[in-house]
Amino acid sequence: MSEPLLEVNHLKKYFPITKGLLNRTVGHVKAVDDISITLQPGETFGLVGESGSGKSTVGRTILRLTDKTEGEIKFKGLDIHNLSPSELRAIRPKMQLIFQDPYSSLNPRVRVGDAIGEALLDHGLTSKGEVRDRVLDALVSCGLSSYHIDRFPHEFSGGQRQRIGIARALVLNPELIIADEPVSALDVSIQAQIINLFSKLQETRGLAYLFISHDLSVVEHLCSRIGVMYLGSMVETASRDELFRNPLHPYTKALLSAVPVPIPKLKRDRIVLKGDIPSPANPPSGCKFHTRCPYAVDICKHQIPEFREVGSQHHVACHLV
Amino acid sequence: MITTPTKLVNAKRTKDSPVKSSLFRQSIRKLSKNKLAVSGFVVVILMFVACFIGPLFSPYTDNKINMAMMNKAPHLKHWLGTDALGRDVLTRVLLAGRISLTVGLASMMLSVFIGSLLGALAGYYRGIVDQIIMRIADLLLTIPSLPLLFIFGALLSEWKIPTDYRMYIVMLMLSFVGWPGLARMVRGQMLSLREREFMQAAVVLGLRDRRKLFNHLLPNIVPLLIVIATLNIGGAILSESVLSFFGLGVMPPTPTWGNMIDAANNMIDFQERPWLWIPPGFSIFATVIAINIFGDGLRDVLDPKQKR
Repeated sequence: MSEPLLEVNHLKKYFPITKGLLNRTVGHVKAVDDISITLQPGETFGLVGESGSGKSTVGRTILRLTDKTEGEIKFKGLDIHNLSPSELRAIRPKMQLIFQDPYSSLNPRVRVGDAIGEALLDHGLTSKGEVRDRVLDALVSCGLSSYHIDRFPHEFSGGQRQRIGIARALVLNPELIIADEPVSALDVSIQAQIINLFSKLQETRGLAYLFISHDLSVVEHLCSRIGVMYLGSMVETASRDELFRNPLHPYTKALLSAVPVPIPKLKRDRIVLKGDIPSPANPPSGCKFHTRCPYAVDICKHQIPEFREVGSQHHVACHLV
Repeated sequence: MITTPTKLVNAKRTKDSPVKSSLFRQSIRKLSKNKLAVSGFVVVILMFVACFIGPLFSPYTDNKINMAMMNKAPHLKHWLGTDALGRDVLTRVLLAGRISLTVGLASMMLSVFIGSLLGALAGYYRGIVDQIIMRIADLLLTIPSLPLLFIFGALLSEWKIPTDYRMYIVMLMLSFVGWPGLARMVRGQMLSLREREFMQAAVVLGLRDRRKLFNHLLPNIVPLLIVIATLNIGGAILSESVLSFFGLGVMPPTPTWGNMIDAANNMIDFQERPWLWIPPGFSIFATVIAINIFGDGLRDVLDPKQKR
């Protein structure tokens, strides 16, 4: 197997909770607690989990939008968090982010063409004369029209704006795209268009995606491998087929049972989880999931389950498997 | 991938050019519906036109002394009368307006430039840069500006600065006391803008600081700047008048509205010859009120969030 494009080893990200006049640190929100991911070139890894499970923080830490607490992030063998500002700037074009909210991720006062082309100019990737052609290429390959180039973001619909965001990332010819819930702000018909655009671009350009989502059906459509996160920790990773056929962790089972199916008469065993996700500032002892797990036994309360391999490429963190 | 013929693209670009100013046009249209703001704008423009073009049609000059026509009340030849040296008051009021309006405009521009630049740097870089700039601003804000200007004015007289230069130095003085408040406001805007998602996108794209500041952040505070700048002109004209009234700003014989009102310092002139001090006083009043009304209208259009 070739060198992985992205390697995340034991990543931890704790946000301090401060109190009082002197900003004493009284605790930590463990947003990401020991996560490991490897991503091969051209592969799509799906990261799923409910709100507050830390999936977005993983993406943002990989791009160094926030600093890590512990662990290691290697992109093409380079340790992202130990690069100098100029070295970091040099590899920025190779790893891009697509935002969840297409309304706030575009500057209202910057023309679409400038928003897409300015990074090319700033990095000296294209001469001034060619920028417009590159931008037009990117617009067209994202399903927008060439005459959109001189317009402002407020003249577009949500779906079109998301395409602009994608074009902005694509024009730099990245190798990795981190997509942070790129379709959850869009309505279903537009979601389909954008997802098809994602898979088309992957075929033509060999992109690798880290696809962050809470929508399992979207992830199933797009991803070759899937990781399930709960309260900052990975509970199960497997290939897509394996995960959907043979989910082992009770949390994964519960998630899968909640995916709507288009057969109304089919009786399914819904696993309904009680309560909310616990606070990451004060996570439960032992297995973090034991407070909501229908199968929890005594050991779950005391001992943290090991994240171990149970099949080919299938890892799970549960005492009962 | 589609190759696009450049001719087509260029054609499209010219066709779409009206779109470019759509935000600007919207604002103009909204503003034109506000009758009060429009009338304020008209008064300001009239004042400018009168002051800069009016004296060209006057048969009198500013410093021509006419002993035969001293302290005459308004009549047909001298619409607003003459002063103690026989100079035409109307001509002098208009010429004074040139100086007062220029000082107001120029010192506003300078303080907006300094204030927005320093405020933007403080808000963008935070940390030590922010501390240094904002502490200097705080220091300037703690000193009451009028006494500070008085001290400056007294220094100018002490150093015997030629009257021609005084006007420019007064501009500098006014912008020196004007920028801190502005820098504060711009810094606050910057602090909130830099946390917005599109700025994180700029980080991920690896854009240079210069581009982030000037292409992404500053365009977003331009509406606010326009509003503040407009309201500041009025303030600057007032401050200049106050200084000149006390004989510390622009010195006679160069007329400004401020040093013309100085006539009211003299009990006889004040009681017997109102044509000496009412015209410049009214000019200040009308200009500043008109600018403030127009500025308020602009604020409603460009910066609706600031509305109380």
